Amino acid sequence: MRLERRTQSSLALLLAAPVIAIVIALALSGGLIALAGVNPLDAYAAMVKGAFGSRLSISETLTRTTPLILTGLAAAVAFRARLWNIGGEGQLYAGALVAAWLGHNMAAGLPTPLAIILIMLAGMLAGALLLLGPVLLRLRLGVDEVVTTLILNFIVLLFVSMMIEGPLKDPLAFGWPQSVPVDSDVMLPKLLSRSRLHIGLIIAILAAFVIWIVQSRTVFGMETKAAGLNTRAASFAGIKLGRTLLGVACISGGMAGLAGAIEVTGLKGYVTLDLSPGYGYSGIVVAMLAALHPVGVVITALFVAIVFVGADAMSRALGVPSFIADVIVSISLLTMLVSLLFTTYRVRR
Amino acid sequence: MEALDIFATASLWSAVLRIATPLIFGTLGALICERAGVLNLGIEGIMTLGAMVAWMTVYQGGNLWMGLLVAALCGGLFGLLHALLTVPLGLSQHVTGLGITLFASSLTYYVYRLSLPVTSSPPTIEPFQPLAIPGLSDIPFFGEAFFTQTAPTYLALFAVLLTAYLLARTPLGLAIRMTGENPHAVEAQGLNPVRIRIGAIVAGSALMALGGAFLTTATFNSFFPTMVQGRGWVCIALVVFASWRPGKALLGALLFALFDAYQLRLQHVIESAIPYQLFLMVPYVLSIVALVVMSRRAKVPQALMAPYRKGER
Repeated sequence: MRLERRTQSSLALLLAAPVIAIVIALALSGGLIALAGVNPLDAYAAMVKGAFGSRLSISETLTRTTPLILTGLAAAVAFRARLWNIGGEGQLYAGALVAAWLGHNMAAGLPTPLAIILIMLAGMLAGALLLLGPVLLRLRLGVDEVVTTLILNFIVLLFVSMMIEGPLKDPLAFGWPQSVPVDSDVMLPKLLSRSRLHIGLIIAILAAFVIWIVQSRTVFGMETKAAGLNTRAASFAGIKLGRTLLGVACISGGMAGLAGAIEVTGLKGYVTLDLSPGYGYSGIVVAMLAALHPVGVVITALFVAIVFVGADAMSRALGVPSFIADVIVSISLLTMLVSLLFTTYRVRR
Repeated sequence: MEALDIFATASLWSAVLRIATPLIFGTLGALICERAGVLNLGIEGIMTLGAMVAWMTVYQGGNLWMGLLVAALCGGLFGLLHALLTVPLGLSQHVTGLGITLFASSLTYYVYRLSLPVTSSPPTIEPFQPLAIPGLSDIPFFGEAFFTQTAPTYLALFAVLLTAYLLARTPLGLAIRMTGENPHAVEAQGLNPVRIRIGAIVAGSALMALGGAFLTTATFNSFFPTMVQGRGWVCIALVVFASWRPGKALLGALLFALFDAYQLRLQHVIESAIPYQLFLMVPYVLSIVALVVMSRRAKVPQALMAPYRKGER
């Protein structure tokens, strides 16, 4: 038996691939849920109810979708150009920290919309700058960016810890390590009254569409695709690989930084070390499930958010450890990789 | 001068070997995978898994060596999964490896939480005790620094020798190195590069799991989530630092551990003048520096990260 490249892959196959992958992942995770002595079907029903059962749970799910869209975009944009940015978590915290600092100090004097836009841009800038370092190291010195971006996550978290216990510490937080709060004037407006849902969701969806248009309709978008498909062919075609990758890094790091700025100004109002339950890493799964398509990212981010919010509720109701959410998501990633492979290859005897 | 006095204490050097042990296991494991041409970013998750499995085996009444054995077996099993996805299927080694890390660590936390109820402090086991080597451990200073380690530390040092010998001096080692440089040449020799790669990844992953297991059976006596703390990623950096050579990997791990042990003690000397987070950053910053310094001279296995499909160039 061997793998043979398909001459063409049908649209039906492309659309079926993620569905099949997720069904298999749910079946496998079902076995683990059964280990906890709970009927997997009951558990999945409880998850759906937990994620959609009420106005509150729907708004929670959408609130959780917002950062996942942005970190998903961060990974999708980078991976398309074969730039392995695994530092989304660190870039998110960089954006968050800058947003908290600006949001605390800058409110006075500026009109609210302008202040909010400035904070968002500053968050993006922080994330982008953090990624530019590893990318420049790769371009100039040939240092693999996987390890540098991964390790930077730990460095940034320690830096955030240092800041929120030091210069940016909230003196009113009873000694709890927490940053100064963002001024209430520059908090993002709510999308739905009596809920935590804010306009960050709209910003994230808009970002996905803008990136889709850039990727499919501009020269830069074509260049990033070419750089990802075949570096050598791309450089023969006159594409400046370095410049393209730096552009990709700005968008990718920017999206992750924006995720952090939005979490702070839309939801939490300050930075703590548990601001993100691994959104940076989950973003990689979101991107892969969407086969790196920016609009697909919106849908797969919703799926991952449903799993997380649903698993929390299911865990409270049925006692299955909520870590099952991470298990489902990570198995989905692996099954998706295999099923994507079979959209371009077939098994031949 | 207090800062320099630290180097004269035997406890520093004894801590160096202790801190280095999981890194030695992990780096060797990653090195074996990469020498055969496959990057294994599953390392962080496999170390987490090894830490929990070894601890759980002992907690359920098994002895410590049984714990290490079970950890190695489970590590090998996840290595096999990584191998099947990246070698015969030829999936992206980066993304698959990260997927393995996410899967192994989330499964680890799930099983741990499922087996034990939530408690305020994690339950403990009786860990490996220091083993004084007769004669050598009586040497002043050096005896305490280097010859009263726990048994797995000696095992790690032995594993370095064994791996170095295996890779450099045996037909198997030659086949592994050749698979990492040019799998087509391996095929032409009548060997099967797919099998060699799978075998190398399974063996390497078992070693990674032992590195994790050391944390719960010797360094600490309990398991807690996120305890691996990026050690796996540091190991991946150390492999580059070591130019894919076991001897240099040992050197890198020791150097790294020296800085780590030193910063821990320096914190106590300097006290609160400098935020403690800066000290904690040192190991991570160092591994990036090591990468930058060594990347140019590194002799990367030529077929690293290139999937091998028979008849495809």
